[in-house]
Formats: sequence, structure tokens, C-alpha cells
Amino acid sequence: MKYEYDVSGDDFSKAGTASQDIKRKLQQLGVPVATVKRTAIAMFEAEINMVIHAHGGKATVDIAEDRISIVMEDHGPGIPDIELAMQPGYSTASAEARDLGWGAGMGLPNMKRNSDFMNIESTVGVGTKVTMEIHIQNA
Amino acid sequence: MTVEKIAQIVNGTIVCGEEFKDKEIMTACGSDMMSDVMAFYHDRGMLLTGLVNIQVIRTASLLDLDGVCFVRGKKPTVEMISLAKEDNLFIIETGMPMFPACGKLFAAGLKGNQAER
Repeated sequence: MKYEYDVSGDDFSKAGTASQDIKRKLQQLGVPVATVKRTAIAMFEAEINMVIHAHGGKATVDIAEDRISIVMEDHGPGIPDIELAMQPGYSTASAEARDLGWGAGMGLPNMKRNSDFMNIESTVGVGTKVTMEIHIQNA
Repeated sequence: MTVEKIAQIVNGTIVCGEEFKDKEIMTACGSDMMSDVMAFYHDRGMLLTGLVNIQVIRTASLLDLDGVCFVRGKKPTVEMISLAKEDNLFIIETGMPMFPACGKLFAAGLKGNQAER
């Protein structure tokens, strides 16, 4: 099953609604709790990143028998140094984003830790595409 | 420790989720940075925060927490309370600052995530 969401870059209060919707769908499908939680965290962080750094974008989630694939694509400023961006605690978030409780520099590390596969393709001035996969492990 | 007891200890009020007042809460964490909560706190339980926006409730809900305690007299919005109700979260409000609120709860037996980084 494939689901697509437009992540608005204009309304911070809406950030996270796509992740919340996916979490509910996974719960309804009876996906194990730990997998649901990992997916929710990984996608929520990606969604927040999209809103605070890239004026929104598109999220595509594909739920298969054995895995959940998430593709988050934006046309934001891009990430000049992905290795640096991956360092826990490193953040380029604005003061405004920090006031809203984000910009701790844990977003990308959290996404990596909660997914079984993560790939970032980014071109400065063009945009960023983050692909994540979470394996569904049945207890 | 029950939700009702937590509210008493921090001189707070349960503003939503009164039906959970007898629920036992074992652990809690305190932070105003939501990514840190997601990175470092892996139990159920309660988040103490002075941050007030809808993402606090989303974070608590996505992490399967039981509820949120807003410190420093911060007031959740109507939208936040409504989402908390929808997601079965309790909300406590207290005028106490973060450190004493955490300290009093810890001293009374509520534990935190002990893992150090």
C-alpha cells in the first residue's frame, strides 16, 4: 500500500500530521509496536526537518509485508556536508525553529538509528531526498 | 506513582485525562527539545516540559507516552488539549519550574532513564 502526503512548509502546527496518520495505519494493520514506534520517530523527524529547513515537500510511504519504505523529497536549500549534518548535536536550524523545540541536532541521527537503511541524496540549491526503510519484525 | 499523586507533588492540576488519575507512572523525562526526547527517552511514562506547541503532544503520542506535565505555568492550547484527549494522554499543569518539579518527583520515587551518553 502506497500513501502520499504533501508536507506544508507554511504551517508549523501541521508538521507531524503525516507521521501521525502513518502510525495509525500501521497500528490498524497490526504491525508490531516497536516497528510502529521506530517508523513514527524516523518519519516525524524527517517531516520536521522538511518544514524547518526546506519549506515542506512530499512524503511517500510504501507499506509492504516485510518492510516500510519512506521517501521524503524536498526542493529546499540542500545539505552541503551530509557527514557533518549526521553528527549528533550539529544543527543549522534557525533560532525560531529552536524556540519551537527543534534544532537539537538529533534529527538525522534519530532517523538513522530508527531505520534499517537510510540514504540521503542532496544537491545544494536543488533539494534533498531521504530514503528510509524499516523492516517489520514479527515477534 | 499515580497520575493524581504526581499532580499533588508538583502542586499541579490535571487539565485533561482525569480518567487516568489512578494510572501508575514509573518513569519520566524532562526536556524542552523534542528531538532529545526522541533520542534519549525510550520508556513509556511522562514528559515534563516548558515548551508549549502542538508538536509536544505529537511527540508524546508518537512515543506512546502516557502524558505530559507542563512546568513554569505554561498553558497548553485548546488544540493541544483536544489532540491529547484524542490520543489518550493526560496533561498536568504546574507553576513549578522544571528543576524542582523533576527533583520532587525523583525524590518521591519516580525514576528517569538512567542510561548515560
